[in-house]
Amino acid sequence: MKVEIKFGGLGGQGIITMGFILANAAALYDGKECVFTQDYSAEARGGASTSEVIISDEDIDYPHVEKADYLVLMSTSAYRDYIHKLKDDGILIIDEDLVRLPEGENRKVYAIPATKIAEKLGNPIVANIVMLGFFTEVTGIISPDAMMQAIKDRVPKRFWEINERAFQEGMKHAEKNL
Amino acid sequence: MTEKHLKEGYYFWSGDVAAAEGAIAAGCRFYAGYPITPSSEIAEQMALRLPQVGGRFIEMEDEIGSIAAIIGASWTGERAMTATAGPGISLMNENIGLAVMTEVPIVVVNAMRGAPSTGLPTLIGQGDLMQARYGSHGSYEIISLYPNSIQETFDLMFDAFNLAEKYRVPVIYLLDGLLAHMYERVYVPPREEWEKRIVRRKRARKGQLPYEPDEDLVPPMPLIGEGFRIHATGLTHDERGYPNLTPQAQEKLIRRLNEKILRHEREIWKVEEFMTEDADVIVVSFGGESRAVKAAVKKARKEGIKAGMLRLITIWPFPWEYIRKYSADFIVAELNYGQIYHKVREYAETKVHKLNKMGGEIHTPDEVLKRIREVSGK
Repeated sequence: MKVEIKFGGLGGQGIITMGFILANAAALYDGKECVFTQDYSAEARGGASTSEVIISDEDIDYPHVEKADYLVLMSTSAYRDYIHKLKDDGILIIDEDLVRLPEGENRKVYAIPATKIAEKLGNPIVANIVMLGFFTEVTGIISPDAMMQAIKDRVPKRFWEINERAFQEGMKHAEKNL
Repeated sequence: MTEKHLKEGYYFWSGDVAAAEGAIAAGCRFYAGYPITPSSEIAEQMALRLPQVGGRFIEMEDEIGSIAAIIGASWTGERAMTATAGPGISLMNENIGLAVMTEVPIVVVNAMRGAPSTGLPTLIGQGDLMQARYGSHGSYEIISLYPNSIQETFDLMFDAFNLAEKYRVPVIYLLDGLLAHMYERVYVPPREEWEKRIVRRKRARKGQLPYEPDEDLVPPMPLIGEGFRIHATGLTHDERGYPNLTPQAQEKLIRRLNEKILRHEREIWKVEEFMTEDADVIVVSFGGESRAVKAAVKKARKEGIKAGMLRLITIWPFPWEYIRKYSADFIVAELNYGQIYHKVREYAETKVHKLNKMGGEIHTPDEVLKRIREVSGK
């Protein structure tokens, strides 16, 4: 099994953090081979931001995504920049309020108002964790326990609670709507 | 204060963090540096971790000061390191020559980025391979190592320090913009196990002259603060360390500085030979780029093309025997306009082809595969 995932959005949305948490979960808590790479522009916020995760049962040679099985997007500009990286039968996962899809996008799309859900939880900053919960439930490629462990590794203790709720809201949204 | 050492287990690290942790595990206890992308996280990790193991971290005013500080620290017996990139390594080169001439063990990490000048600060380049060898003025030999995974970045640090100490020579530890910021899982063995890997430098005996070599051409090192009378100069010197500005002294010293490395090159060489045995085409590569090459070789094999990869882990002294021994054609895949290509041509008795990208990203496996197909005629 080899799965390639690409995340895309804007600086400040936690795009790199999403990839890191998923990769850390796969490598340390699900015991998989895993590579994580990142790329971002010079701006602190608002520039293009992307991260890539490859999860495999075997050694990983080429560390970048060649063709993504999953493309997870948090901005329309990221759609434009990275859609060519998605396999023809790949799956698109988007924040439905932030990504406007062009007509004729025929691939399988899973949409969630991740940022709105995060705002309702009291802090839009956890939108990426809502998205990760959604991603975890939709794809089934990683265990929720491993993801929660990895979230705790990354987030200061005082924010564990809101991040845990954000992750669960994301999972629930997938259960309810799919 | 009790020291806080790494516990056995799995870690999810970037190349920068693995380089720092590998250095500390290999006994490094002094780091002086000036942060620069993509090596900055090495300084960050060292600043955090060195005080926890009884070591010292100092942020210097620039790269010239940084390398001067580690040369001084090494004279006190510490295993000392600095890390830099791009313009920083250019600034360090004069003092790398000083360390060669005064035979001071140090490890200098260069996380290669797109260049010349400020180039592409966050992105990979492989343009500093010749500079690692010839960066300072003069005719000398140096050791340079270059890993291609995060695990190897940790493990190879032991070799870097051991070789520096054993041969009293600077080791240029090459990383690149890809490895520096890429994360993979790393296994750290129990401390008792990794401490066994550490080789310490030979220490001078009382009454021995500071530059009096043993049979292996390496002089045991007297340490500052232990009662030795030490004179260290960048000028050509005799075995007492005093300037001796004659052609005879120069001939003797510079020949020895070269020979102490070349005579031991087979012990220093490390390469990975992947499916080379029956190969018609061998792709030579190193560092981040070799990850694409290995993927391409596997793809080529599936198409029935007998391709292989020769990955240089030791870049300098150049592992020429591994070129000479094959009768396959070579492709040299590198992120520059052609550097190691010329070294391979020097030793190959077959055809040598180029595959170059100027930096910013590694080749895709398909780009490498295309070149393999062209060269193999399939």
